[in-house]
Parts: sequence; C-alpha cells; structure tokens
Amino acid sequence: MSDLTKLTIAEARDALRKGDTTSVELTEACLAQIEGAGALGAFVHKTPEIALEQATAADARIKGGDAPAMCGIPVGIKDLFCTKGVPSQAASGILEGFKPEYESTVTQNLFDAGTVMLGKLNMDEFAMGSSNETSVYGNAVNPWRRGNEDTALTPGGSSGGSASAVAADLCLAATGTDTGGSIRQPAAFTGIVGLKPTYGRCSRWGVVAFASSLDQAGPMTKSVRDAAIMLGAMAGHDPKDSTSADIAVPDFEALLTGDIKGKKIGIPAEYRMDGMPEEIEKLWHDGAEMLKSAGAEIVDISLPHTKYALPAYYVIAPAEASSNLARYDGVRYGHRARLAQGDGITEMYEKTRAEGFGHEVQRRVMIGTYVLSAGFYDAYYNRARKVRALIKKDFEDVFAQGIDAILTPATPSAAFGLGEMAEADPVQMYLNDVFTVTVNLAGLPGISVPAGTDKQGLPLGLQLIGRPWEEGDLLNSAYALEQAAGFVSKPEKWW
Amino acid sequence: MSIDIDTARRVAHLARIAVKEEDLPALAGELSNILTFMEQLNEVDVDGVEPMTSVTPMRLKRREDVVTDGGYPEKILSNAPDAREGFFAVPKVVE
Repeated sequence: MSDLTKLTIAEARDALRKGDTTSVELTEACLAQIEGAGALGAFVHKTPEIALEQATAADARIKGGDAPAMCGIPVGIKDLFCTKGVPSQAASGILEGFKPEYESTVTQNLFDAGTVMLGKLNMDEFAMGSSNETSVYGNAVNPWRRGNEDTALTPGGSSGGSASAVAADLCLAATGTDTGGSIRQPAAFTGIVGLKPTYGRCSRWGVVAFASSLDQAGPMTKSVRDAAIMLGAMAGHDPKDSTSADIAVPDFEALLTGDIKGKKIGIPAEYRMDGMPEEIEKLWHDGAEMLKSAGAEIVDISLPHTKYALPAYYVIAPAEASSNLARYDGVRYGHRARLAQGDGITEMYEKTRAEGFGHEVQRRVMIGTYVLSAGFYDAYYNRARKVRALIKKDFEDVFAQGIDAILTPATPSAAFGLGEMAEADPVQMYLNDVFTVTVNLAGLPGISVPAGTDKQGLPLGLQLIGRPWEEGDLLNSAYALEQAAGFVSKPEKWW
Repeated sequence: MSIDIDTARRVAHLARIAVKEEDLPALAGELSNILTFMEQLNEVDVDGVEPMTSVTPMRLKRREDVVTDGGYPEKILSNAPDAREGFFAVPKVVE
C-alpha cells in the first residue's frame, strides 16, 4: 500500500483487519516520515524501539481476531503526558532529564487498546501559549504556508506539535490537551479535527497539571470518525483522578449517522466580534447554512457573559498554575540551579525556578501568586469564580431552551507567522482563545472541524459546542458538518 | 490596578522566582497590563452568585482509609537532582 501515513485511523483499522498491511509497516512508514520532517519541530523525543515493539505485539493481536479499533495505530503523544521511562518535560527546562516511573492513565488506556507510540510531541511550555513559541525545544512549525510564501507559520498552541504532526501525516493521530483552546485552536490552524471532551471524561492522572479545573485531554485526528474512535480508547473512569467521571463510555463511532434532522443549533450573538475578518464571518454563516441544509434548525441565541470569559480565565488559570507549579522546586525531579557559596534553600528555589521556567510561565505564575495573595483573593480570584458560574449558567439556559449544539468560529484568524506576535502585548496573544475558552470554563465538550480556507489558502475551522457528556451527539453534528464542508485540502510538502 | 516595583519584587519572592533588580520595572509594567485587562470583571453584577467550586456537579468518591500504594523509595528518588542514602538532599535549612 502506498501513502500509509496518510491513512485515517478508520482506514488503517480496516486495512489491518483485512491483512492489507501490518502495524509494523504502518509504524515504519511513520518513522520514516518523522525522520524527514525535522524542519517541522513536531517530534521532540522519538521512541522507535518502543513503537516497533508495540507494533509487533499489535500485529499478533490483530491476527488473533477481536483486536480493538486502535490496535496497531501509530500515534504521537503530547509531551505533557507522563510516559514511563521516556522523557516527559512539558516542553520546560525545569523538567530537563525527567523520566517518569509511571504511565499516565490516558496513554495506558491507549496502550491497552494496542496503540503504538511513535514519540513525544512539541508544545508550549506547560501548555501555556497559543503559538508553540514558548517551548524549550524551539518552535513547532505549521506544514501549511500562505500561497507561495515561505514564511514559517505557527501551528497554534499549546498542542502545536500534535497539530503539525497530524496535518503533515507524520502519524495517524495524536493526543492533545486543552485548558483554554489548546486542542481546538491548533486543529483549526492546521486543517485537522480536535476534540476537547467534557471535563472529567478523560483522566488527568499523569498529565502534567496546568490548571486542574480546566485541563482535559482529547484526540487530534484527520477526521471526525477518527476522533470518535480515539476518544473511546482514551476515556473512562479512573480511581486515580477524583474528578474523573464514573459514567459509561458509549461507542462514539456507532453514533455517527450523519442524521441531524430536527437538531437545534444555536448561533450566539456575542461571538460576533468587532473587527472579525470577513472570511471568518462568511465561514460561520456558510457552516450554519450547511447544517440547515442537513435538516437542523438554526436558532439565534444569547450567551450574555461571553465577553468576561477571557479575563475570568486569565485569573483562574494562572491562580491554579501558580499552585500546581509550586512542585517544581529543584528537589524531587528535573533541574536544580548551581548554587553559590552560602546559598540556602530559598535561594535554591528562586534560582532554580528563574532558570527552569521560561518567560511566559514565570509571568503566569506571578500573576497567579498575586491574585491569590492576601487582600486580592476576593477582588480577583473569588470574583472570577463567580463570573465563571455565570458563564456556565449562560450555557445551561440555552440548553434548557432545547439547543442541542452551538456553532461558532474556532479562532479569530487563520494561522499567523511565527514571531509576528513577539512585540505584541501578552493580552493580544490571549485573544486567540476568545471563542474556545468559554467551553473550558463551563466544562463542556467542544470540537473544531476544518471547514474552509482563507484567501491565502490557509485552513479555517468551525467549533461546535455540545451538552455535557453528550460527545456522541456532538460528534454526530460535527460529522454532518464535515460531510457538508467537504474539506480535503492538504499542505504541499516543503519540509 | 497598577503594580509598582516594590509589589513586583514582593510577588516574585512569594512565587520563589529570582528576578534581577533591573528587570523589575518591565515586569511591573507587564503585570499591570494584565491586571488592567482583568478589571473588566468589575463590570459584572455578581451579587448573590456563589463562586464555582466544581464545574461538574459530582460527589467525590470515598474509599477505605488504607495504604494503597508505595514502598518503592528508589523509584521516588530516581529523578532527584541530589539524593543520598534514601533521602532527598537540599542545602542546609537550619543554622
């Protein structure tokens, strides 16, 4: 078979079961693509020995019949997931040399299903960023380019390496994590599908924590069907994560009928931002028309507190981060600064964290420290948590009106150039999350589906937001949108 | 809310991050800008609203209060920058 690495998970599964290819062949094809794709900066730790060992085992299992859908499928794993014996650094200098003695629940679930790990993928440091420019490994690069230009574009962030690797066919799919849009924004920037599940659907155990009340792992794939298949393998109750929900994981793929007749799709007025590019506005309008043609009812809705989601997020996420990142103290793992004569433990902490954390992480830890400090806790942190409750209620109100899913743009623009935001205020970069962050604050599932291109040929995505725990229904709406949009473009290979 | 240099120095110390004296003015400016952005939250009427504690209403599971894991100090210490005789080693804490 040619172009093995271009296969979707569903196609590869069917080919493996028919005996048209083997997991070892698929894996070797991916490893060869990865070897030739250094310019993308996507894979930062390669694990070919583990991959081939897992592929061999998967082939034996497939031969034996009744292998699960993910069996033998080669994927990339975001560096945020702890993988036993394999460097897991969250793209931070402070975790230099860290090799976990344990496996994250999500990767263990994938391995139990027979999935093959090709290596670890680039990301923003501690998942803090929207462009993959805060990584200690250097930038990940988008395989897409503007027209005939050779300007290097961001794949988005924080799951930039995952997005770049999937879009460039270095692997069949990848894991991502999403705290404010880190799966959906990079998926939109690279023309792939990215799903953030309901908070609690995937275990957070063994995933390096950024903001624990917002973090969720999810799949980044080439199709909606693949997202359904891969989510099924990642999800499930885990006693090691007390916020992991003890509810059944349905067969998401079986729910993909493409029939959305009578579904009510909400269009929130507040997502129409001033200065929104005309192309995004048109894409959004076209997306609504497509769902309408497929039999859905389009309903204008209001989510009145939308405007306050970003400022609330940038209080809550740094507050939780400052607490979570307190563990990087130079004692238990990772980097410890070289100390001067007479330095005590406080100097050790302060020098270690100054050397180990990058600029954006330091800034967020300090913001978080400030908003949690005595005298400001009520004014910032408690107020933000109250606003968060109101944002969640906005969604509950429209779902109570019978809305099944909400359609919005995934991002306010197409991928921008690496370095283009360097001089901008940090708040400008934060605006990338404007359409995605509400979903994390409300704990809802959200999916980004590639739906078109801009004038320069760059992919654009639409987001669908679903009811809690109804990823199956959400995926089905996304499937209908995917069918109607018919996005098939691929980046031209330059790397 | 504007952050002055003294506040920036205090926050950096609370966060246990060494910041050079000459970098404090820029840091104070950055933190002030972000806090100004957050001040939009003051426009929202939050009277009578409870701060969110859990995004998904769920009752935390309970289990028997027994040891379920452990007994492998060598694994715990394997990633330590400085471990000696089964302990983490740090600079002298008590004079």
